[in-house]
Amino acid sequence: MIREHHLGKVTALVLLWLLLLPWILDIAGSSYLISTAARIVIFAIAAISLDLLIGYTGLVSFGHAAFLGVGAYVVGILSFHAYEETTFLGLNGTLSGLVAIPLAVALSALVALVIGALSLRTKGVYFIMITLSFGQMLFFLFVSLEPYGGDDGMMMFDGRNTMPLMDLNERFTFYYFCLACLVAFYALCHFLTRSKFGRTLKAIRQNEGRLTSIGIKPYSVKLLIFVIAGAGAGLAGALMANHTEFVSPSLTHWTKSGDLMIVVILGGMGTLLGPVLGTFVFLLLEEFLPVGFDMLGMDLLKEHWRFVFGPILILIILYAKTGLYGMIFQKNEKGEAGNVEDQ
Amino acid sequence: MSHLVFEQLLNGVQLGMFLFLVAAGLTLVFGFMDVINLAHGSLFMIGAYGMALFAGLTGSFFLGLLLCLPVVALCALIIEYLVIRPLYNRDHLDQVLATFGLILFINEGTTMLFGRMPLFLNVPDLLSGSVAITDSFSYPLYRIMIIAMGIMVALILWFVIVRTRTGMRIRAGTTNREIVEALGVNLDALNTTIFVVGALFAGFAGAMAGPLSSVEVGMGDHLLILCFVCIVIGGIGSIRGALVGALAVGIFDTMGRAFLPDLLGKIMDPASASGIGAGLSSMSIYLLMVLVLIFRPTGLFPVARSE
Repeated sequence: MIREHHLGKVTALVLLWLLLLPWILDIAGSSYLISTAARIVIFAIAAISLDLLIGYTGLVSFGHAAFLGVGAYVVGILSFHAYEETTFLGLNGTLSGLVAIPLAVALSALVALVIGALSLRTKGVYFIMITLSFGQMLFFLFVSLEPYGGDDGMMMFDGRNTMPLMDLNERFTFYYFCLACLVAFYALCHFLTRSKFGRTLKAIRQNEGRLTSIGIKPYSVKLLIFVIAGAGAGLAGALMANHTEFVSPSLTHWTKSGDLMIVVILGGMGTLLGPVLGTFVFLLLEEFLPVGFDMLGMDLLKEHWRFVFGPILILIILYAKTGLYGMIFQKNEKGEAGNVEDQ
Repeated sequence: MSHLVFEQLLNGVQLGMFLFLVAAGLTLVFGFMDVINLAHGSLFMIGAYGMALFAGLTGSFFLGLLLCLPVVALCALIIEYLVIRPLYNRDHLDQVLATFGLILFINEGTTMLFGRMPLFLNVPDLLSGSVAITDSFSYPLYRIMIIAMGIMVALILWFVIVRTRTGMRIRAGTTNREIVEALGVNLDALNTTIFVVGALFAGFAGAMAGPLSSVEVGMGDHLLILCFVCIVIGGIGSIRGALVGALAVGIFDTMGRAFLPDLLGKIMDPASASGIGAGLSSMSIYLLMVLVLIFRPTGLFPVARSE
């Protein structure tokens, strides 16, 4: 166990490792894994954004994948119209990342504003259910977009977005672009959660009534963090579309929201480093559990690795709820890490 | 035209009864034990697969039903003991995730046992055919039977909960567990009973669903989300709410699916109208729920709880 005041050093180490990762993979002769690494980095952005809600504010949102979908579809639809040379509501399509990615983030934030404004009127289980329902609504909306492939989704035939001075179709460049996004979002969340705003969020998680009685309206604070989280997930969605050069409704399937929640819990909720670690473990398990079973000669489990993963998940929830973060770090003082019930 | 509307209305009621059978267990488990069980839909699926297996083995629909229900009850007992029981005093997030893990396990296990190909069941001879409701309109007997079963279950539940001692305990436990426990009621036993009974309703619905739709992995998951919508509309913990919510969702969904594409076809080209219409009608249920929650944040028939 490491004391928590070394968190900064550990974070720096993780960052250094992420910076060197493509080179290490290249030297080790498994450069095909750089794409997997990029996937992990992108997923980590989405996981951190969800943790702002679940871990920091105590809002269990079960529809977070919806914003992934919004971000991805903005990029996809713009690319589609650029390829077809048609217009969308009078606007030209574009491949430019300087337009598409900020637009994806802005639109996700807008959708989060609407969904949040309605959902945050409810509490507890009703909140879980209403966010799940909004997620489903967007899922069916994307399914019904026949011109954009409907159920099957659409390919981005022109490849990834273009950026000045960079070629995102080159995998090293793309990885570092995603990593830069992750670092920027991480830094934003770092300052956000340490600010007065961050302490307000924590107060909402612990006792909303008390906060109201000292004169702070929880609703607007919750709405703001919901919008920020939605924007973060939108960014991740835009990058996901670029990563696979493919957009489909499956991005917003409710099991994706479940996956995101699993990652947050696995890593340790209420921390920023936790979701990053959780993403690593989750996606590596997804990638290598089948390979592992294959090597052990268990063909049946190789294809059905979820059969093993499900019970592992249940055990983690029941017995190891502090997540990876709680296993690595020893808490400085009572309630500081915020990943156990400290109400 | 009016026959078509009436037929779709009956289809909506029949879907509503299915939803009610699954939602009733869900709302009881939630209201009484304060547990969100995402794996409730898996019990529906287990019922359907059990039916497909046993009806195939015995060659008889009714023997299949008789054999599959104990299997569902057994699965429910195991699930309650191993996973749900440790979750009683945990927060909702833990319950959602642990039962999500359960879904992964059950879905994947079912795929391993039965493969990915959907299975199909036939309507039993005794229940095939239609009933003439008016001279020119008839409706399949099997679907009428499902509606009747749903009404029967609703009546039984109403009777048990409102008129019996057990029902009194259930109602009291929903309002305040600690006091009921302090009065000497064995809540653990009651928990298990409620969970298994709820599971049996879901399993029964699954078994009956076999002949109407294909039996496939994940069939319970989509239905489960619909059931959540039903009980949230109705107010969590309320059986009456579950019934109203289920009927509303069933009718809304069926009517939307049947008539929206045609209506949209009048204002846009038919090809895209069918896609958008299908999407809109799927979305309409969730829209209904959002509307209800905006005006009644705890559903139509809120259950009093002391926290």
